Amino acid sequence: MSDIVVEVENLGKLYHIGKVQERYMTLRDTIATAFMKPSKLFRSFQLTHQDGETLWALKDVSFNVRSGEVVGIVGRNGAGKSTLLKILSRITEPTNGRVVIRGRVGSLLEVGTGFHPELTGRENIYLNGAILGMKRREIDCKFDEIVSFAEIEKFIDTPIKHYSSGMYVRLAFAVAAHLEPEILLVDEVLAVGDSAFQKKCLGRMEDAAREGRTVLFVSHNIQAVRTLCSKGILLDQGKISLEGTPSQIIDYYMMQNFGLPKIRETFPLDSALRIQFLSVELVPTISEEGHEIYLFKCEYLVRKELESVLLCVDIRNTADVSVFYSNDESLNESRKRKLGIHNITLTIPSYLFAPGEYFVAFGFWEPGHPPEHFPQVRLTFRRQEPKTRLTAHGISWPSVIYMPSTWHYVECNASSIKESIT
Amino acid sequence: MEYSRPLTSEIVIEPSKGWVSLKLGELWQYREMLFFLIWRDVKVRYKQTVLGIAWAVFQPLLTMVIFSVILGQLAKLPSEGIPYPVFCYVALLPWQLFSGSLTRVGNSLVGNANLLTKVYFPRLIIPLSAIGGGMVDFGISFLVLFGLMAYYGIGPTWAILWLPFLVLFILITVLAIGLWLAALNVQYRDVQYMIPFLVQAWMFVSPVAYSTELIPKGIWRVLYGLNPLAGVIQGFRWALIGGYPPDELMAVSAAVVGVLLLSGLFYFKRMEKTFADVV
Repeated sequence: MSDIVVEVENLGKLYHIGKVQERYMTLRDTIATAFMKPSKLFRSFQLTHQDGETLWALKDVSFNVRSGEVVGIVGRNGAGKSTLLKILSRITEPTNGRVVIRGRVGSLLEVGTGFHPELTGRENIYLNGAILGMKRREIDCKFDEIVSFAEIEKFIDTPIKHYSSGMYVRLAFAVAAHLEPEILLVDEVLAVGDSAFQKKCLGRMEDAAREGRTVLFVSHNIQAVRTLCSKGILLDQGKISLEGTPSQIIDYYMMQNFGLPKIRETFPLDSALRIQFLSVELVPTISEEGHEIYLFKCEYLVRKELESVLLCVDIRNTADVSVFYSNDESLNESRKRKLGIHNITLTIPSYLFAPGEYFVAFGFWEPGHPPEHFPQVRLTFRRQEPKTRLTAHGISWPSVIYMPSTWHYVECNASSIKESIT
Repeated sequence: MEYSRPLTSEIVIEPSKGWVSLKLGELWQYREMLFFLIWRDVKVRYKQTVLGIAWAVFQPLLTMVIFSVILGQLAKLPSEGIPYPVFCYVALLPWQLFSGSLTRVGNSLVGNANLLTKVYFPRLIIPLSAIGGGMVDFGISFLVLFGLMAYYGIGPTWAILWLPFLVLFILITVLAIGLWLAALNVQYRDVQYMIPFLVQAWMFVSPVAYSTELIPKGIWRVLYGLNPLAGVIQGFRWALIGGYPPDELMAVSAAVVGVLLLSGLFYFKRMEKTFADVV
């Protein structure tokens, strides 16, 4: 097919991960080999490590990308995403397999590659542009655009060592964003800068896609995959475990990582009810900040306007303790109880929940009155137990909720312990 | 727009086998990157120094003064009938070009590890740019030489026309040895500690402070030519201030450099695919 621009066939990459001491051949060994068997010296470095432990960072990976597709490559740490991108960018060589790329390739494994702190913003734009493969004329043309995109007009002739980290990152991304290859390979670079700038970067990626460029995009940011990509590839332990639409990929990824199936419930029409649920769904997903969250999506029908009624959601753990409660009182939306069918979404910060099983109850209810529609049915979900020392002993998380906390090591005073012992 | 043109280029990525090609065409495509890397080196080298580019002059000048006092005045080394300061300075120029560039080339790949692991480009660009950066210093310290020559009333001869070839010879020598050092340095950081020692020792076996005439003619002189710098430094004296011509030294040196360059290029190309994984 002529419109296939990236063709990957049985790609594999073997790394040698022997013990640290064995990892490097000593210089003495090399010199010895050079005298004993000079031909050996010129053989690949990798061949000298046949005894060490090996790891297939990628194995038998095959896929095709058509012109104009935006492909998101997702997977856990160590799934082989970065290795794949490095091979496609020709930074490292595959151990076996073959890739054919048709078109001018631009790869962004990092922003600001080659930036030198002593050089000014202006000088770094030219330097970085050249490193990314832009011609000088091209940079001349886009110079003003780059500067205004980065929002650093005032500091363009200041050495970048005086820049704030935000300015640095903005400048770095601005140069990269103005690279105009036919095929763009991007790694995680969107995770830079403040959220306003991140939006701008995502916008730039969308532009690239709209202009018909082919984009291969490696990310942990599953949300970005959903909004940007037309196709997803899920890698697991160096192999493709699923290739499909972004939402298929995300569902599968969530299942794999959190064991959370999507849960949905529908309700028959009941003309006796003035207000009723039609369907309720729990969708596990990842927030823009990278947190594990649930979307509680519900569709309800209003037969008679009831301004005062509240939509309540209550989540209880297996001990029947309510760990989460919310109602839509805070939703200032005048239409929400008008006649007709409505859709509402509630975001539940499930990352704050302790591992375990949960039951979601929901209903329409007005304080001091019997509930309008409080279905008996409960949606359930399970927050996966992370592997910790506790779980190794069969102990579940002791607290009712899971509060993210940070430990900070201050210092060790070795002399004071001696004093207190003696 | 650039990317609306028909897709013409096709890149095939697969494990490389057998002999590797130099891909000089690709090197030419990346000439702008080479230029910018050299420019960066030059631009950054004397940043945040008080004396700035004057360091390029001070280094050979001070070395020359020390050598003149100790070796010229006290030890009274023979200097082919040329005033010792000029005799010595004219050799220090190629020597410093060589030693400075070799040190930079040897450390170039490790020093640019961030580029190696993040961007694709012909890896030869890195050692080449490290060589280019030394040329500016060389040019500046040359001006001082002309001052010295004028002071001692020494005029150049027609042999000066050989000078560009001698400079080129030094650069090729640096590349030949530097490719080995740079590629080895990626795997064995021992090299980075070895380089200063290597350079120091090399100076004593090169005719910087003394004349090649100290080496007995015949087999010893030929063996001395195994040091590729011996002929070139002698050549510098001959081309600029009329010392003895480098004669047989050059032939041996050229052969040595030829072998080192070919093997160095081959070793470099063989190892370059592992640079990003190992560095």
